[in-house]
Amino acid sequence: MHLEPVMMKIEEVILESNLARSFIFKTCSERSESKSLEYQPGQFIMLWIPRLDEKPFSISYHGKDFFGVTVALKGRFTQRLHEMKVGEWVGIRGPFGTAFNLNVGKACVVGGGVGMASLAVLIERLEDSVVVQGARTASELLYRNRFKDMLLCTEDGSAGTKGVPTDLLEDLYRHYRFDAIYTCGPEAMMVKVSEFAREYNICMQASLERYIKCAVGVCGQCCCNGLRLCVEGPVLDGGTLEKLEDFGRYARRGNGRRVPIGTYLGKKT
Amino acid sequence: MADRFASLTTRVDLSTELCGVRLQNPTVLASGILGTSKGLLKGVALAGAGAVTIKSLSLEPLPGHNNPIVVGFEAGMLNAVGYANPGIKEGAKEFSNLKEVGVPVIASIIGRGVGDFMKVLEGLWGLDFAAVEVSLSCPHTPGYGMLAGQNTPEATKEIVSVVRKGTELPLLVKLSPNIPEIGRVARAAEEAGADGITAVNTLGPGMLINIEARQPILDFKVGGVSGPALRPIALRCVYDIYKSVKIPILGVGGISTGRHAIEMLMAGASAVGIGTAVYSRGIEVFGKVCQEMEEWMEINGCTSVKELIGAAHAP
Ligand SMILES: Cc1cc2nc3c(=O)[nH]c(=O)nc-3n(C[C@H](O)[C@H](O)[C@H](O)COP(=O)(O)OP(=O)(O)OC[C@H]3O[C@@H](n4cnc5c(N)ncnc54)[C@H](O)[C@@H]3O)c2cc1C
Ligand SMILES: Cc1cc2nc3c(=O)[nH]c(=O)nc-3n(C[C@H](O)[C@H](O)[C@H](O)COP(=O)(O)O)c2cc1C
Ligand code: FES
Repeated sequence: MHLEPVMMKIEEVILESNLARSFIFKTCSERSESKSLEYQPGQFIMLWIPRLDEKPFSISYHGKDFFGVTVALKGRFTQRLHEMKVGEWVGIRGPFGTAFNLNVGKACVVGGGVGMASLAVLIERLEDSVVVQGARTASELLYRNRFKDMLLCTEDGSAGTKGVPTDLLEDLYRHYRFDAIYTCGPEAMMVKVSEFAREYNICMQASLERYIKCAVGVCGQCCCNGLRLCVEGPVLDGGTLEKLEDFGRYARRGNGRRVPIGTYLGKKT
Repeated sequence: MADRFASLTTRVDLSTELCGVRLQNPTVLASGILGTSKGLLKGVALAGAGAVTIKSLSLEPLPGHNNPIVVGFEAGMLNAVGYANPGIKEGAKEFSNLKEVGVPVIASIIGRGVGDFMKVLEGLWGLDFAAVEVSLSCPHTPGYGMLAGQNTPEATKEIVSVVRKGTELPLLVKLSPNIPEIGRVARAAEEAGADGITAVNTLGPGMLINIEARQPILDFKVGGVSGPALRPIALRCVYDIYKSVKIPILGVGGISTGRHAIEMLMAGASAVGIGTAVYSRGIEVFGKVCQEMEEWMEINGCTSVKELIGAAHAP
């Protein structure tokens, strides 16, 4: 399932927030070769809409005979995906990339925006964790029913604490004394988390986002200095991030041009 | 017994030479696989490659085709990357201080015509490239290579004779296997002043269809064939070219083991390019191929790569 997409039927669509929907697929279904998906938290799949494009999404739901992705509305591709209904078919390839290391004692999970998607199955599998989610506003928060005791923050104060998740880290650490931090979200937030982890000597892992094409480590599109994000990432540990010049600074557009990360990430300059 | 012992302890010399460039071993990263950043080139050098080639650069940035740009099948890979690259200006920034890579770095360049090629060459001035490879052979990018008719003997001669004047670096010309008499194209390149031939680029184009989706899998619908399916064709091409020209050949196509590399040298190549095998065997493929070559050479009493080049042409 690595080099050729397998067509799968959308079994369920979940409205997660103002911006995000989840699409659930059944493995071992009656048709085609969609066997069970060997997956570890943190990995991603490539989702193909024929005659449009194929884009990377983290697996955000996973069970014995199903998996799903949570997709935020961004541009052309995610727009089309959001219009798709139960019963329609898309191509799936993967899973790809590195996974989070689950061998820790107490953990802290810090998610921002749709970065929560790549952390969701991890949260389910961790035995002892405290979770903080940040979003711009209450209507963009994800999985509020799925993870009931999650701490929330919003930039406008419409739910939880007003501010960003990293504001809470110090207090949380004093209270929970966790051994590891996992994070996924805006890169500026992940930079702060990694600095915090370094200062307190806590191990940390972050899931990064870069423009992905082949997903199998040949085209070089996703490179972050000497690393291929689709093979050696997307999950990287604190030690690797500390040495990664591009982390928090540069990303490559679809034509390979390396630009400051602020200009890569969106139209808001 | 004594002889056998002696042969096993003789150090095998894997070094070779390509257009005057010394390589510690004959494995070379083929263009378009991982050659997008200096960091990745360093990684491939550390993994054991004797030289590395950058992803082809054009004058202006090219966005490339939409995804999927690659798809695999039982005998290799189909790709329609569409020469996605940031253009020569950005490329020159990326590939400064190439000495850090640790092995010779070959520049790969593409153009819609001689004007483009000359300007791209200008953009390479002052950078530490060991050689330039001019690709006239991509089967899936409108305006470039095969789709611009650059793979005929006539076009090859025309382009290479001008481009030759634009650089003092050793000049390799990369050919398409999609032409009946590849020896004639190679000779045209040689006559126009090329210092070496890279053979071959991908075959085709080919197509694969997802039958549930009832659609070609590549967004561009067609793409170049690489990997195992290409190997026998690449070998025949190199064999023919070796008979047609005196300049050295960089043999590329379907190589993933030491045996494949030796086979390519025997067909007439002085060094071997590796691309698709980076997928099947990982970046470590370069070191593995070298080790496998060494083992075979030790067992077969062969001490240097030179003895193997063109060996299959012995009467
Ligand atoms: C490993 C990984 C996991 C991801 N997981 C999720 C997820 O779980 N949920 C989710 O909503 N999004 C996820 N993304 C991001 C998602 O791939 C993009 O939002 C999506 O491709 C946007 O496509 P578009 O056409 O709608 O937007 P566009 O208008 O094309 O682009 C908007 C932005 O999306 C990003 N983007 C576009 N194409 C790609 C691409 N091929 N690869 C990476 N980023 C791209 C760029 O930052 C771009 O600026 C993930 C990305 C990566 C690399
Ligand atoms: C994903 C991919 C991208 C490629 N991009 C280029 C390119 O930019 N320029 C070029 O001259 N050849 C390009 N090629 C062709 C390779 O350099 C090589 O000639 C071909 O793949 C055959 O070798 P292989 O079977 O070892 O892959 C590309 C091949 C692949 C698979
Ligand atoms: S996306 Fe092609 S190497 Fe990672």
